[in-house]
Formats: sequence, C-alpha cells, structure tokens
Amino acid sequence: MSETQKIEIRALRKSFGSNEVLKNINLDVAKGGVVALIGPSGSGKSTLLRCINLLVVPDGGSVRVGDTRFAFGDGAKLPDVKTLAKFRATTGMVFQHFNLFPHMTTLQNVMEGPVTVRRMAKADAEKLARAQLAKVGLAEKADQYPATLSGGQKQRVAIARALAMEPDVMLFDEATSALDPELVGEVLNVIQQLASEGMTMVIVTHEIAFAREVADRLIFMRDGVVVEEGPARQVIDNPREAATRAFLSHFHRTGALPPANAAS
Amino acid sequence: MYQWDFGILWSYRWLFLNGLGVTVGFTVVIVVLGLVFGLFGAFGSLSRFKAVRLLALTFIEAFRCTPLLVQLIWFYYALPILAGVEMTPITASALALSLYGGSFYSEIIRGGIISIDKGQSEAGAALGMTPGQSMRRIVLPQAIKRMIPALMNQSIIQFKNTSLVSVLAVPDLVYQSQVAAHDSYRPLETYTAVAIAYAAILIPLTILVRRGEKRLAVSE
Repeated sequence: MSETQKIEIRALRKSFGSNEVLKNINLDVAKGGVVALIGPSGSGKSTLLRCINLLVVPDGGSVRVGDTRFAFGDGAKLPDVKTLAKFRATTGMVFQHFNLFPHMTTLQNVMEGPVTVRRMAKADAEKLARAQLAKVGLAEKADQYPATLSGGQKQRVAIARALAMEPDVMLFDEATSALDPELVGEVLNVIQQLASEGMTMVIVTHEIAFAREVADRLIFMRDGVVVEEGPARQVIDNPREAATRAFLSHFHRTGALPPANAAS
Repeated sequence: MYQWDFGILWSYRWLFLNGLGVTVGFTVVIVVLGLVFGLFGAFGSLSRFKAVRLLALTFIEAFRCTPLLVQLIWFYYALPILAGVEMTPITASALALSLYGGSFYSEIIRGGIISIDKGQSEAGAALGMTPGQSMRRIVLPQAIKRMIPALMNQSIIQFKNTSLVSVLAVPDLVYQSQVAAHDSYRPLETYTAVAIAYAAILIPLTILVRRGEKRLAVSE
C-alpha cells in the first residue's frame, strides 16, 4: 500500500502558541494523484500544505514524500538546514501571492532554482526555463519583469519556476485566491494540464467546481481536523457530514458565491 | 560692514589641501570599516542565537546612544589607562568613528532586510535554497536597494563627523583651518571656505547616488 503512496502523513500535530491548528492529521496521496484540500479559513489547510514541504515544521507526527521521511516530536532531532533544503528541492510550491522575485526578469525567476540550487550550467538552465515558460504560455514574456505582468501571468510564471526544479510533487496554496475573477481560468488550465500529465499534487483551493473536476480525492478540514474525505465528486455531490454540507452550501456548483440570502 | 578678503587664504592652500586629503581618506576608511561593523551588527541582531543577538544589541546601543565626541576622547584617553591599549590619535579616532557609524549602519541594514516580504525567503526556501542562499540571491539584492538612501545619508553624516577628530589633533580639514584661522586672524573667511569645501564634495556625490537609485529602480 505505502509503496504506491507518494506522500504519507501520519499523526501530524502543529500548534502556534496555544492555538492548536493541526490535530492528529493523516493524509495519503497516491503517485500521480491530485488531492484538493478545502475548508473555511483557519481550518489548518494551508498549514498542512506547508508541513508537506516543511516550510512549517510540525510539532509531532511524521511526513514522508517519496523516499524521504521525517519524524517530529519527543526525542526527534530537527533536520538541519542542508537536509531541509535538499528535501524542499524535490517539491514545488505555488503561493497565493505568487512571491515572484521582483529584481529578476521572468526568465531569471524560472532559472534561479536550477542555477542556484541544482548548480545547472546557465545555458542549460535557460533552455529548461524557456521550455517551462512556453509550457505555461508565456514564452514571449521571458525578458519582462514581474511588475509588468497581470496576476494570472505572474502565477503562471510562479508555476513555471516551481516546475523548473522538476519536482516529484506540486503544492498549490490558494493559487487563484488573489486573482481577479477573469484571470482565474488561465491558472486553473495550467494546473489541469499538470494533472493530466500525471503530476502528484495537493491543492488548497476555494474553487469547488475546479476541485470536483480535477481532484480525484477531496479532503474537507475544519478546526484542525479532517472532517470528511473521499472521492472528490462524491464528497461534493453527496457530503456525509453536516459540517461539509454547511460549508459547501456557500458555493454554487460553479464555485461562485451565491446571493447573501441563500447562505445557510 | 565687514570687509571679506578670501585672497588671504591662498597662501594656506597646501595646508587646506592636506587637511582635505586627510578628511576624505578618513571618511573612506570609516565608511568601509563602518559597513563591515554594520554587517556584523545587522546579522548578529537577526541571529537565531540569543547570545549573539544580545551581543550585537549591546554593541549597537552602546555606540548609538553615547555622544561621538565622548567616544573619541574615551578611545584615546581611557583605553590606555583601563586596558593598557595605547593608540595613536588616528587609530583611536578611526576606530571610534567606524564603530559609531557601524551602529547606525547595523540598524539600516537590519531594517532593510526585515522590510523584505517574508514570502520572498519562503519562495527561495520552497525552491530548495538554504537560508544563506536565499539571503544572498533573493533578500539582499532587494534589501540593498532600499538601504541605499539611508546608507548614503549616514555616510554623509560620517563625512562631516570626521571634523570631530580635530579634538585629538588629527590634522583633518577642520584642524588645519583652525591653524590657518589663528595664523591669519581671518576665521570668517577660513570657516566659510571650509563649509564650501565640504558641500562641494558632498553635493555632487548626492546627485550621483540619486541617479544610481533611479537606475536601480527601473527593474522594479
């Protein structure tokens, strides 16, 4: 069983001060699987995502991605910075606010990981970066600075930047939440394309319709626990738990917010 | 009505030039050394280790919160008595000025680094960079741009602060003009000329830096 799982999270716990944001979380993602994490804000879904690449260091439990496993909690030694860096290089992450490097051109942004982290020769890195930019449909923007791009274009560059590290796993942290509505589609298309290519992905999103379409498994979180999980369509169309139903009732099937009086 | 006579200063031209050379040379030394101390102070105050942070903070506040003139005198007169460290006036004043400037540079550099959005170093970390790599490649290049106006401002102050070394008889521009003023009985002309000399060096420099800032800002 665990051989086919790309990501395996066991008994994960995390507190910020006295606020326990993750309580005993278990999560498996199959190789090539797409898991969507949904839930109200403060439910811990972003923290969980950040625990997968250890951008947030858990207090207890274990995280395994591919062949690398880390255990946390009593007696466990925290990984040193080199080990952490090496581990993170195998997972790509896309942020809500893009976090592109403003002092570098689009091309340089995408080249940065391969050149600095993988020590790739500049010429090879440039070839790789141009290919990734072409993949997200932004080949002609290579020499522009991020400030000149639209939000949707920025996020596509950020995806290209993560892909340039040729990661085993991609993590999306509300990748479309900061975008104007008309720009959401172009980013979702890129994510959908990645899914069809068999990339293993964990997606934190508020786009319920998109999650239903692209994810094969859906996890609904609230107050730091997994309330319900299962095949994405099944959970969205026929939620078992009352809390899931209540949360989903805020959305139309299209993913848009209903009029105020329709909210429960 | 006072009769101005700047012609009289011509006979002291070598004295002034000498003094100006000492002032400029001194400034170069204390700006460079001060930036080195500033880097240590800034990274020290951002360290993960409490002892290092405490040490850096002690250095910064000790030099930031005491008068420079007192520091100069203290380094020259007190250190030999207390620690048995004998220093020439030049060494003592270079050290005091560099440490004094360094304490202010520390805060400028620290402020520049922490002003960069946390998402930037997170993005670096997510790519697999070590904290050092993300500091060098991502945070510092952006932070330096923001620091430049403040660093320049502090360096201008440092240039003018060198005038205080005259109290330790270091022959800088102010010290030499004191000599000239006493000799010529023309203090008004002498100090006016000195003020103009300081401004004549600083104003072109500030214009240069402003231009540089504009060029740097293009990429944002």
